Amino acid sequence: MLRTVGRYSLSIVHELGDFALFTGQSFRSALGARRLGRRVVRAGFEQGVRCLPVILIVGMFTGLVLGLQGYYVLNRFGSEGLLGTLVSLSLIRELGPVLAALMLVGQAGSALAAELGIQRNTEQIAALETMGVSTHAYLVTPRLLAALVVYPIQTALFVTVGLWGGSLSGSLLLGLEPGVYWSSVERAISAPDVRECFIKAATFGLLTISLCAYHGFNAHRCSSATGARAVSASTTRAVVQSSIIVLAADYIITSFLV
Amino acid sequence: MGAEINQPLLLRIEGLFKRFDENVVLDGASLSVPRGSLVSVLGRSGAGKSVLLKCMAAVVQPDAGSIYFDGKPLTVGDASARADFRRRCSFLFQSNALFDSLTALENVALPLEQTTDLPDKEIRGRSLEALRQLELDAHQDRYPSQLSGGMQKRLALARAIVTRPELVLFDEPTAGLDPLRRNAVFAMIAKYQRQFGFTALVVTHDLTEALIASDRVALLDKGRMCFEGTPAEFSASTATVVGDFRDSADALGRTLAAMRRGEALQSKDS
Repeated sequence: MLRTVGRYSLSIVHELGDFALFTGQSFRSALGARRLGRRVVRAGFEQGVRCLPVILIVGMFTGLVLGLQGYYVLNRFGSEGLLGTLVSLSLIRELGPVLAALMLVGQAGSALAAELGIQRNTEQIAALETMGVSTHAYLVTPRLLAALVVYPIQTALFVTVGLWGGSLSGSLLLGLEPGVYWSSVERAISAPDVRECFIKAATFGLLTISLCAYHGFNAHRCSSATGARAVSASTTRAVVQSSIIVLAADYIITSFLV
Repeated sequence: MGAEINQPLLLRIEGLFKRFDENVVLDGASLSVPRGSLVSVLGRSGAGKSVLLKCMAAVVQPDAGSIYFDGKPLTVGDASARADFRRRCSFLFQSNALFDSLTALENVALPLEQTTDLPDKEIRGRSLEALRQLELDAHQDRYPSQLSGGMQKRLALARAIVTRPELVLFDEPTAGLDPLRRNAVFAMIAKYQRQFGFTALVVTHDLTEALIASDRVALLDKGRMCFEGTPAEFSASTATVVGDFRDSADALGRTLAAMRRGEALQSKDS
C-alpha cells in the first residue's frame, strides 16, 4: 500500500517536472524559431476564430441565467437596481475567465492534443526531428504565444456578450430599466477587476494549451494504450487535467489578488 | 565478409549496441557506406534494421558504439556535429511521415522554411523544382491523402532531396507493396540516387530488388552485420547465414512452384 502511494507520488512529481521542462523548452524555442509570426497567426486563427461561436453562445446564456437568477434574489431585498453590479462582477472576476477557458479547452485544447498525438503516432514529429526542425518551436511555441493573446480576447468577448445577456433577461424580460442596469455595471467595474480578469485568462491560456500540447506530444509514452487508443487516452487526460487546473489556478490567483 | 572498399567513406558505424528492456536489438553492428553509393542493409523482419537507421538519424539513442559521418564522430553531446549531420542527411520513413494537414508543395517547402533563411521566393522555386523532378508538379496543391501510394513515396523523396542532402536514409521503402510497385520504388531510388548523386542507405528485406539496384549490400542478423560486400559477392557467398537468407527468399518461389505443380496434377486427375 505504502509502496503504491510512494510510486504514484513519485510519478506525479516526475510528470510535473517533465511538464515544467516541456513548457520552459517551448518558450526558449521562441528565440531561434523561424517564421514564427505566421504560425502564431495561424494558431491564433485556430484558437480564436474557430472557437468564437461557442464563446458567444455560452457567454450569452451565462449572462441570461445570471440576470434571471440575480434579479429574483435581489428582488427579495428590493435591490434589483444592483443587478448590473452582480452580473458584471460575477462575469469579470470569475465566470468569464473560467468558463471561456473551459470552452477553449473543450474545443482548441482537445483538438491540439489529438493533432499532436496523431502526428506523434504517424512519425510526423520524428520526421521533423530528422530534418533538424525544432519540434517545440514549430508545433508548440506558436500555440502558446497565440493563447496568451487569444484567451484574454475571448474572455473579453465572453464578458461583453454575458453583460448583454444579463441586460436582456433583466430589462427586456423582467422589466428592469436598462439605464439602471447599465449604470450599475459602469459603477461596479474597476480597473483592478479588469486586470484580474486578463491575468486569469492569460494564465489559463498558458496552462491549458501547454498541458494539452504536453499530453499530445507525449502520446507515445501512454502506458495504458497504444496507437489510436493512446491518442484518445492522452486527449481525454489533457482535457480533464486542463479543466481541473483552470479551477485550481482560479482559486490560487483569486486568493492572491482579492 | 566482402572485399575492401576503395572509395572514401561517408558514413561508418562501429559496434552499435541497442537494447529495449531485455531485448537486445543491435549487438555490435558495424557498417561502412562509401560516398556516392547505394548500400542496402538486408535482414529479416525484427532483425534491427529500422533501429539501426533510427540510431543514425538520432531518433533513437544507441546504448554504445560509434557513428562517423564524413570522418567526424556523432556523439550525443556534440550538438554542432549532430546539426551538421541533420543538415546534410535526409530520412525517408517507412510510413512516409508526410504532414497530412499540408499540401504537397507545403510538405516539400517545410524543411527549407524551418531550417534555412532562404527568401520565400527561392523556397517556392526550389520546392516546385523538386516536385517537377519527381513528376508531381501537377499535384502541388493536393494533400497527401489525395495522392496514390506511389505518389506519396515520391512526395516523401521530394521532401528529402529538396535540402540537397549528401546522404538519404530509406527505412523499408518497399514494405507492404506488391512486387510491381516494389520494383518501381527501387528503380526510382536507384534512378534519383544516380541523378542527384546522393549516397543512399536502404534497409529492406527485398533481396532481389536490393541485389539488382545496390552497389553494396550488408546482411543484419541477430543485431550483428554478418556480411558486407557487393551484390555479386553476396550471391557467391558460402556463409551459412547468407545462404539461409537467400534460401528463405527463394522459399516462396519453391512453394509457389509446388502449388502450381499440385494444381496441374489436380487438373489432370479431373
